[in-house]
Amino acid sequence: MRFKSLALAGASLLALTMTASAQVKIGFITTLSTPGGYLGEDARDGFLLAVNEEGGKLGGVPVQVLVEDDQLKPANGKQIAEKWLESEKVKLFTGVIFSNVSIATVPTILEAGGIFVSPNAGPSAFSGKACNKNYYVTSWQNDNLHESAGALAKKLGYKRMVLLAPNYPAGKDAIIGFKRTFGGEVIEEIYTSLDQTDFAAEMARVRAAKPDAVFQFHPGGQGIAFLKQWAQSGLKDQVPMVVASPSLEQKIVASVGDAAIGIAGTSHWNGDLPNEANKAFVKAFVAKYNREPTVYASQGYDAAKLIASGLKTSGEKLDADAFRSGMLKVDAKLVRGNFKFNNNQHPIQDWYEIKAVKGTDGKVVLQSGAKVLENHADAYAKDCAL
Amino acid sequence: MTLVLEQILNGLQFGLTLFLLAAGLTLVFGIMGVINLAHGSLYMMGAYAAALGAQWTGSFWLALPIGLLAAFAIGVGVELLVMRRLYGRDHLAQVLATFGLILFFNGLLAWQVGRAPLLMNGPEQLAGFIEVMPGLPYPIYRLAVMAVGVLVAVGLWYLIARTRMGMLIRAGSTQREMVSALGVNIAQLFTLVFGLGALLAGLAGVMVGPIRSVQIGMGEQVLILTFVVIVVGGVGSVRGALAGALLIGLSDTLGRAFAPSLLKLWMSGALADGLGAALSSVLVYLVMAMVLVVRPRGLFPMEG
Repeated sequence: MRFKSLALAGASLLALTMTASAQVKIGFITTLSTPGGYLGEDARDGFLLAVNEEGGKLGGVPVQVLVEDDQLKPANGKQIAEKWLESEKVKLFTGVIFSNVSIATVPTILEAGGIFVSPNAGPSAFSGKACNKNYYVTSWQNDNLHESAGALAKKLGYKRMVLLAPNYPAGKDAIIGFKRTFGGEVIEEIYTSLDQTDFAAEMARVRAAKPDAVFQFHPGGQGIAFLKQWAQSGLKDQVPMVVASPSLEQKIVASVGDAAIGIAGTSHWNGDLPNEANKAFVKAFVAKYNREPTVYASQGYDAAKLIASGLKTSGEKLDADAFRSGMLKVDAKLVRGNFKFNNNQHPIQDWYEIKAVKGTDGKVVLQSGAKVLENHADAYAKDCAL
Repeated sequence: MTLVLEQILNGLQFGLTLFLLAAGLTLVFGIMGVINLAHGSLYMMGAYAAALGAQWTGSFWLALPIGLLAAFAIGVGVELLVMRRLYGRDHLAQVLATFGLILFFNGLLAWQVGRAPLLMNGPEQLAGFIEVMPGLPYPIYRLAVMAVGVLVAVGLWYLIARTRMGMLIRAGSTQREMVSALGVNIAQLFTLVFGLGALLAGLAGVMVGPIRSVQIGMGEQVLILTFVVIVVGGVGSVRGALAGALLIGLSDTLGRAFAPSLLKLWMSGALADGLGAALSSVLVYLVMAMVLVVRPRGLFPMEG
């Protein structure tokens, strides 16, 4: 099965590279190895699905997608960008998952006159004063994720909370974002380390602090380990947990199973959002790749749809101003539904409650609920001069 | 007080988990003189085999031998195909070759199994927790991991100190030519030792499967700490690996548990939280440096 889908993906890539010469090259720098590899894989596959559906085009313009693995190393991302700017004359870049890679890579692209469309990372460093007319974030500004979790915690009536996040920039953004909307008392902020695999010490601290609830931000594999150990420690039945989508997405839920049930999560997208574009996307993704799409796949797909909106106006000459006017128009049906760009070219969108429930086949799946935040923008847009 | 005891228990538990990994690595490093960066990959392969085995059979108890067998078989295969050519070479060649193995195994799994983390549940018999003392519930599964760590320590001591194979291993590590001249098949012995190291790595992988994330790259995450453990303990010494693992496990856990609250005695909350986290993440390296200052060859260096 896997062989077959791989062969299909290979064939479609080949088909892409063989299309006519008047095509726009898109540089897709993403993370395909390390424990973060499945994030980039899904973003890439979502993106390529959109290209495939248009028969190798986006917005009517033939495109060639170059894909390379940054191995979650900032220097690699920058090197790949330099290489493609130079030898392939790539002007349009996307794909980056992690904020630390983005911070190293994006300036290189923008200084060379390129355009960058982020399908995931939205670091605060580029969303305020340093915003740029050729830099777009189609996912969310990093803080937004955790602002939605903070809003949910407030709505659920929690007053005293313990917050946990890894000790690195995005972890600190998470805690700042959460506090911005939570408004209650934070008894303790616990910082873990990025390479940590055992959280027993932190969980004992939570048990001793006796909070109303906890908020934690541990994306990918760390989040999986955290949820498994949380359930095993018995804390799951004593202390409610609130998280944002990176700590409760489809793959995390699939690999922890019952340990995810009962957690209050938030996201801007879920597989069951009832809009037509989303229904078609989920069906097409499952048909093509034989697996359920994650939130990263939806973001890859939406990024491609937005790029298509830009290319519709710019054509294959890819004039940056024409591209911009098309992008900002958002002439696209996004799978998350409601979306527009703010003045800093970051999203204004809705955030939903999500929770894990047992599906009919016994597998645990994510279900969306009420809106937590509507037309939510980020706190940095006011510092952006655009 | 209960909290202190709980954190000490957490530290011991973490230390014994580290020991499971370090035992195999130190055995191979000490006896065969090979730096095996791919030890983490063997740990990953054990966890993957067990997770896939559990999905296939629906039982942790059947998955356990599947994981162990797979790790042992892969270890023997790696020794015959790759390691055998590296014994005479310098450490740089060994590092390069075993780093290549890391890339190979990660690529193999991404291609064959996919990049998504795998589901792996612990056995139902070991779910839940027991009260180890009043007011201190502790997960049964973690207690079981500790028990396995202790069993492995005793078993290895017995194997090395009390059996004929252990005698040959000890002799072969220092007097390779002499043992060989006495008619012992050293090549076969080394294959077996490497297989044993892989088996131990696989055991660690299977045991942590239910409490960590089973995914590509999980081996590299634990590799550095495992090397710290065997350097602190004394390279090649299983006793050292145990002592090093417990020391590192305890200092790491207690640092994370208490550094922030200790710092809060002198400074504001937010500053103490940040500084405490930074301090506890370098604590194990400070401990390593201090041990090496006092005992440059580790706590229990191999004789000879």
